[in-house]
Amino acid sequence: MSDSREYAVGTHPDLPPPLSTSGAIGWIRGNLLSSPTNIILTVLSIYFLYKVVPPSLNWLFFDATFNGDSRQDCREASNGAGACWAFVKHRFHLFVYGFYPVEQRWRVDISFILLPLALWPVLFDKVPYRKHLLKFSIAFPFIAGWLLIGGFGLTPVSTDYFGGFMLTLVIGVTGIVFSLPIGVALALGRQSNMPVLRVICVTFIEFIRGVPLITLLFVASTMLNYFLPPGTQFNLLLRVLIMVTLFSAAYIAEVVRGGLQAIPKGQYEAADSMGLKYWQSMQKIILPQALKISIPGIVNTFIGLYKDTTLVIIIGLLDPLGIGRASLADTKWTGLTTEIYVFVAIFFFLSCFSMARYSLYLENKLHTGHKR
Amino acid sequence: MESVEQKRNIISTLWNDKEKRAVIIQIFSIAGLFALVWFMIGNAISNLDALGKGFSFDFLFQPASYDINQHLISYTSRDTHLRATIIGIMNTAMIAVAGIILATVVGFTLGVLRLSKNFLINRIVYIYIEYIRNVPVLLHILLVHGVVVHSLPNPKAAMTFNDSFFLTKRGFFMPSPDFESAMTVVWIALAIGIAFTFWFRRYAKRVQDETGKIFPVFLISFGAVVIFPVLVYFLAGSPITWEIPVLKGFNFKGGMVVRPEFLALWLALSLYTAAFIAEIVRAGIIAVSHGQTEAAYALGLRPGRTTQLIVIPQALRVIVPPLTSQYLNLTKNSSLAIAIGYMDIVATIGGISLNQTGREMECMIIVLALYLIFSLSISSVMNWYNKRIKLVER
Repeated sequence: MSDSREYAVGTHPDLPPPLSTSGAIGWIRGNLLSSPTNIILTVLSIYFLYKVVPPSLNWLFFDATFNGDSRQDCREASNGAGACWAFVKHRFHLFVYGFYPVEQRWRVDISFILLPLALWPVLFDKVPYRKHLLKFSIAFPFIAGWLLIGGFGLTPVSTDYFGGFMLTLVIGVTGIVFSLPIGVALALGRQSNMPVLRVICVTFIEFIRGVPLITLLFVASTMLNYFLPPGTQFNLLLRVLIMVTLFSAAYIAEVVRGGLQAIPKGQYEAADSMGLKYWQSMQKIILPQALKISIPGIVNTFIGLYKDTTLVIIIGLLDPLGIGRASLADTKWTGLTTEIYVFVAIFFFLSCFSMARYSLYLENKLHTGHKR
Repeated sequence: MESVEQKRNIISTLWNDKEKRAVIIQIFSIAGLFALVWFMIGNAISNLDALGKGFSFDFLFQPASYDINQHLISYTSRDTHLRATIIGIMNTAMIAVAGIILATVVGFTLGVLRLSKNFLINRIVYIYIEYIRNVPVLLHILLVHGVVVHSLPNPKAAMTFNDSFFLTKRGFFMPSPDFESAMTVVWIALAIGIAFTFWFRRYAKRVQDETGKIFPVFLISFGAVVIFPVLVYFLAGSPITWEIPVLKGFNFKGGMVVRPEFLALWLALSLYTAAFIAEIVRAGIIAVSHGQTEAAYALGLRPGRTTQLIVIPQALRVIVPPLTSQYLNLTKNSSLAIAIGYMDIVATIGGISLNQTGREMECMIIVLALYLIFSLSISSVMNWYNKRIKLVER
């Protein structure tokens, strides 16, 4: 750097920042090597990555077998070093449809296609003809129910044949659709001025939140029939749906209550002074604000509900995990538990992670106005 | 004609008066609730009658006649259902306590690492947390159980440390302590150490408040609680003998054993909950505004004291309420033990006892009541703690 030219005071051009503080080197210095602890952490992480990533990738992809008719084929192809995805491929239909009759599977397919169409206007604002599409969204659960169960012109299919990802979606979507209104009602009841309603709602919410879902499912599968008139045959899937819905409704009630409590008292008073009745003030003033605040919590509850659908295998319904474990009974494929778990884990990760991302997107979108 | 008009007036006055309407609604909801409960109990009675079952808890005192492989107090298959239930309760409590401890430690570590400026560690922890949080806990339990059972060696080829700890498919075998009578002295020393620490902390605080003099409280407490009893232990001539597990036939005999089911459930539940705790801790630390740290530096506090006196107390206030619900979740999730055959409450009284006696109603009532007690006691402890740290606020 021997610049021999002379500059008048104040006319020297700006020099670039020193190499060591900018660009890749600067980034590495600042982020990875800024202090002794940091250097140790970096070395440990690199060692950890080196130990974990290549073997996992090998098992998942490079050594894995994708074609074959039995576990023996997988073993021969890869010496047992990699995953045997041939199994998942072979049983893929079972994972998706469960034991739904083959000739009726088009009905499931149509429901799968209609689902994103129904979700689209609910999830995003800028959708053409949103108002009309929203009507379709409200009708969707019933249309899908009709398509899947049958009747009214379609061949009835027993819910015993439901399984796989379809079952997960049925339980998840039904739970989500019905638990929101029930949860909001419970939250309003808990905040109500009427002591009796309040006590009933608090007891219900605290009871449900105090016990694990699995015990409620056991109640549904073993005990619920006792409380119904003698001789009533009550569909197991329906019982499970009711329990899952009530369970997540209690959690949603708590989330919404948080939202209701966060609304300043002035809003309630303003609504009263305008002469609005209870339901009018709730519908027009309070709930829009309260629900807006509690959306992230509500989405989190939905993610929890969606993940909890896996518990139904314990009372004998065949969700993807159940299907996977059941197919292991086939001697040709025995012992492939890890593949099943990883496959199902990937499915859940994709769906739950996208829900979580959507919740982040909503949070950012709703943070427009009064951020304190 | 007029009477009808009057009647309508009475109804509409009642309905349009806010307070009277509230009374009417409440009366109707009570009536509705009682009708529902009456209807359900009536159905239950007639259904139970039809099956000839009745409703009684006598079965609790009949022999359970099934085995439980992990029990803290003695149990054989000839013991009663009641004792089996107690074993189940103890197993649930054990997994809950062990899980809460490990989850807290791992969760706090991950939460702090997640805030690290180190890009690599930050990303690794982020990916780990997202993976854990977005996969159902049941799947984690099954996966960890699968890994534990499949990847660990048979007892004959056990992994061993120092020839006294053995890690095998059948569990983790450790030497069990056998206390001699001289051990009493050590226990007394430990009690003295703890009592001294309590007194000393208050004394140090009082002196600091009055004179500003700071004692090395942590070092002295450590000395009193750890070093002093250890010294006494050696002075008393090491009064613990260890019973070391030995390989006999196909399995180890003697010593203590942690079953693979417990190990898998414990690891899976704690790692799962730790991911949630990490996010809570991260949010709590971020919530303490940077101005607080700067103010502490301006007052001349060193970084360590700043963290200890300024950041942690304020972060804890944000952290504790959601942490409570994570502890509750962990306890409730421990009921998934049934999927891998760990004998907790659900698997004993709600599982095998229920199937053997056919008393669904009674068993489920017991299970629900037990979980409610667990949940309520954890949340009351945490509420008490929460109140205590809240009092600092003026």
